[in-house]
Amino acid sequence: MSRRSVVQPAGPSSALADLVNDSRIILTCGPGGVGKTTTAAVIGLHAARVGRRVVVVTIDPARRLADALGLGSDGLTSDPQRVDLAGVEFARADSAMQDGSPAAAAAGELWAMMLDARATFDAVIARYAATPDQADEILANRFYRNISGVLSGTQEYMAAEKLYELHHDDRFDLVVIDTPPTRNALDFLDAPARLTRFLDHRVYRALMTPGRLGMRVVNAAAQLVLKPIARIVGAEVVTDVIGFFQAFDGMEAGFRERSVAVMGLLRDAETHYVLVASPRREAVAEAAYFAGKLVDGGLTTSAVIVNRLHPLFGAEPDEPAEPAEPGRAEPGPVGRARPIEGVDAAGPVDAGDFLDPLERNLAELRQVALRERAALAPLLACVGGVPVAEVPLLAGDVADLAGLAEIERHLFAARPAGR
Amino acid sequence: MDPVQYFSASRLLVVAGKGGVGKTTVTAVVARAAARAGLHVLVVDVAGRAGLAGLLGGGDDEVFGYSSSLIAEGCGPSGTGRITGCFVDPGSALRDYLATHGFGRIAGRLAAGGVLDVMSTAAPGIEDILVIGKIKQLERAGDVDLIVLDAPAAGHAITFLQAAQGLIDSVRVGPIQAQARDVADLLADPTRCQVMLVTLAEPTPVNEVIETAFALEDRVGVALAPIVVNALYPPGDLPDDRTAPVGDPSESAAASPAALVPESAEAAAAASLAALVLESDEAAAADFRRRRVESQTAQVAALADRLPLPQIRLDFVFTAVLTAADVDRLATDLLEQIEALA
Repeated sequence: MSRRSVVQPAGPSSALADLVNDSRIILTCGPGGVGKTTTAAVIGLHAARVGRRVVVVTIDPARRLADALGLGSDGLTSDPQRVDLAGVEFARADSAMQDGSPAAAAAGELWAMMLDARATFDAVIARYAATPDQADEILANRFYRNISGVLSGTQEYMAAEKLYELHHDDRFDLVVIDTPPTRNALDFLDAPARLTRFLDHRVYRALMTPGRLGMRVVNAAAQLVLKPIARIVGAEVVTDVIGFFQAFDGMEAGFRERSVAVMGLLRDAETHYVLVASPRREAVAEAAYFAGKLVDGGLTTSAVIVNRLHPLFGAEPDEPAEPAEPGRAEPGPVGRARPIEGVDAAGPVDAGDFLDPLERNLAELRQVALRERAALAPLLACVGGVPVAEVPLLAGDVADLAGLAEIERHLFAARPAGR
Repeated sequence: MDPVQYFSASRLLVVAGKGGVGKTTVTAVVARAAARAGLHVLVVDVAGRAGLAGLLGGGDDEVFGYSSSLIAEGCGPSGTGRITGCFVDPGSALRDYLATHGFGRIAGRLAAGGVLDVMSTAAPGIEDILVIGKIKQLERAGDVDLIVLDAPAAGHAITFLQAAQGLIDSVRVGPIQAQARDVADLLADPTRCQVMLVTLAEPTPVNEVIETAFALEDRVGVALAPIVVNALYPPGDLPDDRTAPVGDPSESAAASPAALVPESAEAAAAASLAALVLESDEAAAADFRRRRVESQTAQVAALADRLPLPQIRLDFVFTAVLTAADVDRLATDLLEQIEALA
């Protein structure tokens, strides 16, 4: 087949490989349903191949990913598990890569785990509590159980916390973390700050004044504010919140310190943000929103990966004609760049326009492919000149390591030395 | 089943699914179909999705406000059938809640003190409950025949629908608790609320939607409407045999005699040259289409096998930009499939 590869030429892929080489932390962000978790795994797989000791952290249980990684019945757990890469055949052409990695075996290690927000939070409490009793009191507090459990928002706090822990874990020299697929996913960027702000909050300050025994107590002024709240959400919630803060007493310093360290890590030069998108209009808009959030947070997108792109059959519409392939007709006035009349226009494909089903199919698929490329344009414009890599819509799904290796080949396409 | 009867089974229909499966499109399709059956449909957006009004037959730049506004009318038989839309955000829902529950006087004080800020940071489920609580109020008011809610994406849909249960456990008394309890009642009552799950015919979305379906039934106790399998490639009448030479000009002409009737010798030459150049493009595109259709068909079958819910199947739309006309075409398909349901 002389199909033009959907993956862009050496530039972006090479840049993506460099980016992985230069990172200690990579965060994949983007809307849900664009293959973010798979992308994180593929980046991890690549890093392991070129000799890094990498741990991939997912937010969701991602059972299929666990299956693909061959992690067996337990699936992903909150402890990192090493993935057996012995049987993985990487593309042969890799031997031409400058990093000198072996052609068919991974030089490094791939580990995978799932974030357990609650267990992470519990561990944090246990670490900062002055005494085991203090830890127990907090862990038993109903309000604490709520914020550490199902209610949204905690995951973001804990993703940042886990990131820090893993970064300082000697087993790993690269952490790839998948962010939650919600619009507030990037809240974790300011999650540590949010926690600090929370502690700094004047209501908290007003609520808690140091008592005689160094224990903070609820002051009289605060009682006035709390009354109406109690009327709305119930007095028990207020009691629980107060109980939580009282039990929390003395732990803020530790939290604050950690928060500063985590914030620093999120802004480190070796921490990179990879935006994952798919070419649907809404996904592109969401991805652009994420890019904007990064900018708001004083950060930048280091690379964009576009998944599930329809292949473009036929030539790019605005490309100059290519020389004819051997055995083909001479490039005439029609040429390779000949757009399919009436199809590359904005209007819909009408079945009546194409009585031949083959032509109609080509026209329909071209229309989708061109629509997707047009949809991506604003995103690419808004992230500037960062590397962009594209992964074609594959007929199947990623079911095993070989499938991940296949995507890895697309993303980090091998090229001759001396790029 | 009669579409009117079908759409009147419960007043609230929550359209939920993983991000990227086309929830918003399906929301629009369901709303159009119900309106064409003559019902008054209220579409509720909770995520501020752009372009929703346009898909429903309103203006492209129209945005929903907290109060319902008219998007389209006269969609159904003899002038019946209308679509209204609103956008329920947590902030407005909170102000509304405080005002209607006798806290209007202190609302300002609470907001100014930043107390609510702290409270919602501490227990984010409160925001979800305020949003669903507002929808419950709309459902109770009974001003419309059907409310279609475009639910938040991904795992958040479950968190969103579970928020009530979470708050009932944590907030034991007070109006918020009562609110949470009302919401839980609404969700658990199949005559008032159903969840319509949307998926793509691909392995990961199919697996996830099955898990979500069981989780929603078990944990939230909500009734499930037929599942929507979205974006299925129509087979496209392609010749079956993929090894047969394709794109040969004489063959195409034979297959569709009316096609490619050249008007002049020059055009004939150009057409035959075009066919030569096209050959591999058409063959490759056909091969791609066949493989997609094959894998999607297998997924649809697997889904039917593993999830005992009726399926509604919607076609992939190839056009550059999804328009109200596409939505209407899909709504026609939906209505036909509803009529075919037992």
